[in-house]
This record gives sequence, C-alpha cells and structure tokens, in this order.
Amino acid sequence: MSANLVILLLHLVTGARSVPPLEAIRTVLSGSGEYAFTVMDLRLPRAMTGFLVGCGLALSGTILQVITRNPLASPGVIGLNSGAAAAVVAVMILVPTFPMSRLPFIAFGGAAAAAALIYILSWKKGTSTTRMLLIGIGITAMAGSLITYWLTVGGIFRVTQASIWMAGSLYGRTWEHFWPLLPWLVILFPLLLLLARTLDIFQLADESALGLGVRLELMRGLFLLLAVAFAGSSVAMAGTIAFVGLMAPHMAHYLVGSRSHRRLPIAALLGGLLVMLADLAGRLIFSPHEIPAGLMTVLFGAPYMFYLLLRSRTL
Amino acid sequence: MKTKIIGLIILFILVLLAFLLSISIGVVSIPFRSIVDAFWSFDGSREQLIVRDVRLPRALVALVVGCSLAIAGCVMQALSRNDLAGPELFGINYGAALAIVIAMFVSGSASTYLFASSALLGAALAGIFVFLLSSLGRGALTPIKLVIAGSTMNLLLASITQGILILNEQSLDTIRFWLAGSLTGREMETFWKVLPIMAIGLIGGLLISKHLNIIRLGEEMAQGLGQHVFYIKALCVAVVVLLAGSSVAIAGPIGFIGLAVSHLARAIAGHDYRWTIPYAAGAGSLLLLLADIGARFILPEQEIPVGVVTAFLGAPFLIYLAQRKERAT
Repeated sequence: MSANLVILLLHLVTGARSVPPLEAIRTVLSGSGEYAFTVMDLRLPRAMTGFLVGCGLALSGTILQVITRNPLASPGVIGLNSGAAAAVVAVMILVPTFPMSRLPFIAFGGAAAAAALIYILSWKKGTSTTRMLLIGIGITAMAGSLITYWLTVGGIFRVTQASIWMAGSLYGRTWEHFWPLLPWLVILFPLLLLLARTLDIFQLADESALGLGVRLELMRGLFLLLAVAFAGSSVAMAGTIAFVGLMAPHMAHYLVGSRSHRRLPIAALLGGLLVMLADLAGRLIFSPHEIPAGLMTVLFGAPYMFYLLLRSRTL
Repeated sequence: MKTKIIGLIILFILVLLAFLLSISIGVVSIPFRSIVDAFWSFDGSREQLIVRDVRLPRALVALVVGCSLAIAGCVMQALSRNDLAGPELFGINYGAALAIVIAMFVSGSASTYLFASSALLGAALAGIFVFLLSSLGRGALTPIKLVIAGSTMNLLLASITQGILILNEQSLDTIRFWLAGSLTGREMETFWKVLPIMAIGLIGGLLISKHLNIIRLGEEMAQGLGQHVFYIKALCVAVVVLLAGSSVAIAGPIGFIGLAVSHLARAIAGHDYRWTIPYAAGAGSLLLLLADIGARFILPEQEIPVGVVTAFLGAPFLIYLAQRKERAT
C-alpha cells in the first residue's frame, strides 16, 4: 500500500516539468496552486487510471488462476485481450468517425465475445484448462490475423492510433477514464470478497468440491463472468496491458498464501503498483519518447512466463 | 510403396494445375494459349506482360514458400515430438519480422538484400531460443508448455516490433503490408536471391527425413540406435531456420501452413518421414497456391493478404487439434 503511494507520488513529481514532492502533495490535498494543472489534470488521473486498470487485471488473473487451477492462466493467455483489440481496431479503422470516448464499450464487447467463444468451444462435459488455453491461443491467432488485415486497409493515421492503443498506453488518460472505471471495481470487488470462500473451494479437486455441495459449473461460470468484467473494463480503458494479470496473483500468493480473502486484495494492490511502475518507467526511460506501459509489462512479463514454464511441473 | 509413388505423382499434377490456374485467373483472366506463348513466343502484348511480370513471380513464390513452410513444420513437429509445433506458433516468423523492422529502423532503407539477411538472422535467433527452451529445464517441456512458451515468445516479439513501429510512423507504413503476409508485388530479383538458401534447406530437409523417424522415437531410443542425436537435432534446427527464414523474407509471416500441412501429410502418407516430407512439400505448395487464388476473390474490390486467409483457415484447425488432443490423453 505504501509502495503504491510512493509510486503515485513519483508519478506526480517526475516528467517533462518536475514538481517538488511537497508541493505535489499540497496540490492534491488543496486542489489549487501553481502546479494544479500538471498535477490534478494530467498526472493524477493518469496514475489513478493506471492503478485501477492494474487492480482489475490482477483480480481477473487471480480468479482465472484459481478456477482453472493453473498458474499460467491470465486474461491475456485465454484470449480476452485479443478479442478486445480486434473489436477496437475494427471500429477504429472501419468507422473512422466513431468517437474515441465510446471505444471502451466496444473493447468490453470484444473481450466478452472472445471469452464466450472460448468457453463454448472448450465446453465438452465440463471445461478443461489445457483445452481452454489452446483454444485461447487459436482465437488469439484468428483475431491477430483480422487485426493485421484491418491495419493494411486503414489510413496511416488511424493505423498508428490503433497500434498505440493495442500496445496498452496510459497516455492522455483523464478523469473521464477514471470515473467510468471506478464503479466496476467498487461494486464488483466487495462482491468478489463475499464469494472468496467459494473461490477457495475451487482449489480442491472437482470431486471434493462437489461433495461440499458447490454447484461447480454454475459457480465457475459466475466467476468467469466476474473475471471478464474486471479484465474487460480494464482493457477498455487502457488497451491491452499483458502479464499483469499473470504476475500480480503469483506475487500475492508468495506474500500471503492461497486464501482468497487475503490474496485478492493484495493481488489488486500489486497489480495497480505494477501498471503504475510500468507506466512510469515507460515515460522516463526513453524520454522524450514514451514507451506504452503495455510494452514495458511484456518486456518484464515474458521472461517471467518462460521461467514459470521451465519450473512448474503441472500441465 | 507403389500407391505412395502414384500418390506423389497425382499430388505433383495437382500442384502443376494449381500453378497454371494461379497464373491464368485473377482480375484479368488469361487463356492458356497466351501463357504458353508468353514463354515460347514472347511478343510484348499486355496479357503476356501480366503473365511474365505479375502472375508468374507470384505463383512461383507461392510454390516455394508453401513447400518450405510445410517442410519446416514437419521437421519441427518431429523434432519437438509435438503435434502443435510450427514456425508460426514458435515465434520464428515473428523473430524474422522483428529483425527486419529493426534493420529498417536502423538503416532507413528497405532493400531486398537487407530484408533477406535480417529475416534469416532473426529466424535463426528465435529458432535457437526455442530449441534451447525445449531442451533446458526439468526434463523436456511438455507439448502444451512448449506451445505456451511459443505464444509468449510471439507476444514478446510482436510487442517489441509494435514499439519500434510506434516510434517510427514511416516504417509502419511500408511494413504493415509485408507484416500481413502477402504474395503480391514480389519481384523476380528477390526470388532469385532467396532461392539458393531455400534450395539448401529443401535438400537438407529431404536428406534428414530418414533420421527424423528415429528422432521421433525419443532421445534415449535414438542414442541406443547409434545416432548422433545432438548433430541431427542441430541440423534439423538449421533446416527449419533456412526454410522459415527465407519464406518470411519473401512473403512475410504466413501462418498455419506449417502446422496444418504436416498433419495432412501424416494422415495421407503415414509416419514414415521419408514419405511424409515429400508429401508435405507438395501439399504445402498446393494449399498456398489455392489460398492465394482464393484471396483474390473473397472481396471483389480488394485483395486480402494471403497470410490472413491461411490464419483464418488454420486457427480453427488448431482449435480442432486442441479438442482432439484432450480426448487422447
């Protein structure tokens, strides 16, 4: 938590125009002063949006990892990101007049459609993790080919915009992005915590869970829906930021163990931290160029994924 | 034995037909006579120019690229003993793509020589990485893990490519068509440059086919039979890199030919790689030629890059394999 605050502060302080830390805090508390525009209108909303996006992705990843009993599951791996990306790119290219502010709905629809498709295709007397992962990769490939096709037909300006969106950037995120995202988390997160005990049961084998009287497929469907809601709303606001949903749950597991009611909040905080950190690093390393946050998370996340693959014994 | 030879001959005839079809049909359809005349009695008419400068290079590229990708897929599947292997799923195509983007970004030019050499280099690096990944760690990676590792690799490479392209709008504009995997507008010059590399790969692929049978049995077994497993594996990787790298250099990343054709070839010719590889070569050419012809007609006003067509046909095949695989285990 405090690490989060530190990064948040760093976000406010650094950039093309640097602000003294104490001034920054005073500006946030009072809402006025010399640096009010830089801090309140540019940097604070950007950092806060990043935080929420990270929380959403991390929660979604945690749910998916628990219900699939697989440490490799994450919103990106099962194809949610690519669904959202395909939908957004299609709209951006084919309907050039479409207002940018409506894009989140499109992204959410795309993510939900991809999730539904994967769930239906991998349904065969119950779902199976490996099948879901493989079908996710297949869906990702199809969505990817559609995206490349649209990128070849669109005008270059739109194409550049679309690639930046796909890379998962927090650039120019304002309160307009923050407020619509907040309710998703504020409403769904307590709900998820209420269900934390049920989520724990998924860590047992299917048979024992059934023995405890849990309606397994129903609950699995419900949790999947929650995961889609968290990931979809996040992707909608910030584009595809990969691997946060993979890494944050692992770190949380390492810190507080596998009980969901403790793991979920920690994972959410860590997810927020990761995204803010990635955004900060992306802003600073190559300044004045900005590297989208999503790219930074891939650069760090992919090696971690390889490590996991080499280490884990399951699958 | 006899039926297999006859099968190969039939396949060869089919490929030839598809090749001629690919030259003759399109926005302007050209009668068979003019095609023959374009080679034997060239008179400079518009139809003959189309044949010689547009259609023939395109058909030739489709022919060799399809063949190379299919053999690369076959060798990879035997090497990793994984039914889901292929140059597209293991990051080799994207490795080549990234190398090309970097080369363009650094040098600012887009010469064909640069394309070819950097694509080969990129494919080689990605190929070696996958090879290492599949032999390191606690025991061998399971097929599923290897696929996930490959898709992670793809994501990583694609993201870096994207990052570079965002910084440089100019290269995005030139390279996006190439990234979609297309056979249009290929010049004979590039083709001749890459052909020797491909030929080495093709011959190598045919030569190692005998050893693939043994590799597929497993490492211990192959060693017990007196094979230099390491050298054969390294040779296989070299063949894959040559074939996939040169294919990407001419046509861009074209997906799923390698994956799908190997399965088709095994279904027809069985598990003896001395037969599977020639069959795969023929079937790969045939499939890509047909996909390319199809790409001209799906949307009447514009051409769809053939890479998009193959991915759209191939991905459902991957999903089908995933569903079948579950049943087997």
